[in-house]
Amino acid sequence: MAYSDKVIDHYTNPRNVGTLDKSSHKVGTGLVGAPECGDVMRLQIQVDDNNVITDAKFKTFGCGSAIASSSLATEWLKGKSIDDAMKIDNMDIVEELALPPVKIHCSVLAEDAIKAAINDYRVKNGLAPIESEKVHH
Amino acid sequence: MNIPIYLDNNATTPMDPRVLEAMIPYFTQKFGNAASRNHAFGWVAEEAVDYAREQVAKLIGASEKEIIFTSGATESDNLAIKGVFEMYKDKGNHIITAVTEHKAVLDACKHVEKMGGKVTYLPVKEDGLVDLAQLEAAMTPETILVSIMYGNNEIGVIQPVKEIAAIAHKHGALFMTDATQAVGKIPVDVNADGIDLLALSAHKMYGPKGVGALYVRRKGPRVKVTAQMDGGGHERGMRSGTLNVPGIVGLGKACEICLEEMESEAKRLSALRDKLQAALTQLEESYVNGNVDHRLPHVANISFKYVEGEGLMMAMKDLAVSSGSACTSASLEPSYVLKSLGLSDDLAHSSIRFGLGRFTTEEEVDYAVEVTRKAVTHLRELSPLWEMFKEGIDLNSIEWAEH
Repeated sequence: MAYSDKVIDHYTNPRNVGTLDKSSHKVGTGLVGAPECGDVMRLQIQVDDNNVITDAKFKTFGCGSAIASSSLATEWLKGKSIDDAMKIDNMDIVEELALPPVKIHCSVLAEDAIKAAINDYRVKNGLAPIESEKVHH
Repeated sequence: MNIPIYLDNNATTPMDPRVLEAMIPYFTQKFGNAASRNHAFGWVAEEAVDYAREQVAKLIGASEKEIIFTSGATESDNLAIKGVFEMYKDKGNHIITAVTEHKAVLDACKHVEKMGGKVTYLPVKEDGLVDLAQLEAAMTPETILVSIMYGNNEIGVIQPVKEIAAIAHKHGALFMTDATQAVGKIPVDVNADGIDLLALSAHKMYGPKGVGALYVRRKGPRVKVTAQMDGGGHERGMRSGTLNVPGIVGLGKACEICLEEMESEAKRLSALRDKLQAALTQLEESYVNGNVDHRLPHVANISFKYVEGEGLMMAMKDLAVSSGSACTSASLEPSYVLKSLGLSDDLAHSSIRFGLGRFTTEEEVDYAVEVTRKAVTHLRELSPLWEMFKEGIDLNSIEWAEH
């Protein structure tokens, strides 16, 4: 299967690879997927006092599309408010990276990772987690 | 050195130029139908087919009368399994095979089950070999056929065919083997091994695609299979259809070259394969899949833990290899062969098959090692699992959200 140029770009030069201090109350960590399924994403956000994401890092075990989806997610997250970050939809990732149907699950995983990171941050800071009622495409 | 480097010779092989040269006249000048008995065009074609039949037979120690030409190993497997089931159904309805067989065998067996047959799918041991005691225990008076592959396409392990054949025969069953990966690579002798039916394919041994053969024993016992296609009654009534003369000529030539060069080629390839394997298993947390003592000379299947196979292949785009990961399939199921060795799903997802071939050079192997080492290191830097492993976190202690 041929990958799109954008997937190849993110895969070859992944943005924001790394680890934030998960014990900090300013950092939210989302770990989603399972090794048995061949995809695990860990996405971390650093949030400032105005609820703005100042930094985002990822590490992903998975195929090229999974790596590209999480790399793109970190790019989009930086500078966004928590509220705006919650609005990132997996289909935006599908569109941006031109993912074929068999790779849509990679974008779903990236969206799940974003929401998991935000909720981890919320819980750490005494807020209730936001339940996602969205049905994935 | 040409990039990308082809290391997927278990999927298919490039055609040897000597094979192509032998085939060319049979497309244009010598185009006759081998079944045309009444003119020179037909005689020339028939002569070429007869010669190829001898070349194929010689490679596996058979008689030329025992070779049925087909479109490839998938057809040969189907003809053998369904054909034996139909021919011998008055004698019994039970077939034994193994879970690591090629889909052509497994799916033909499923078809037999739909036709009222019973099939036992033997598990394999951790090293990929069939447990002979389990085979013995599975034999019943109803067993008409045991079908176990010679060499495995994913991990290269070589089954103890001689012992398997002896068990089948002791219980009055026939022994069939899909030898697609083994013929031309290692010595295969239908008499020494006790094989009653054998499937082979040209394109796995530097011949053309779309042609193969089924060996069907003629003496001790005389084996028959029911034809699976109706038509002109070619190939002793077992496989109708105008013979693919150029393809058959190519298969014959490919067999002749393999027979001549097998011994030196197997030595050369196993040395290169061992070099590749030794270099790559120096990487931390890398494991060779399958038995390494009973293995085809040109294959190494290696799992690089904590990296995903498809992602890894993308970083190895200068190499044409194959992965046990199946991230693109709807089921996301990794290789059933690797899973049947008892490999956990994550290790199966992390596997790469390196398949060397006649045209693989040492320079290419050295380059492949470099590319693979770099790719594994790069992907581990990206892998959260690798980081956890390095921090001493037990991955089994984490509750993963299955998706």
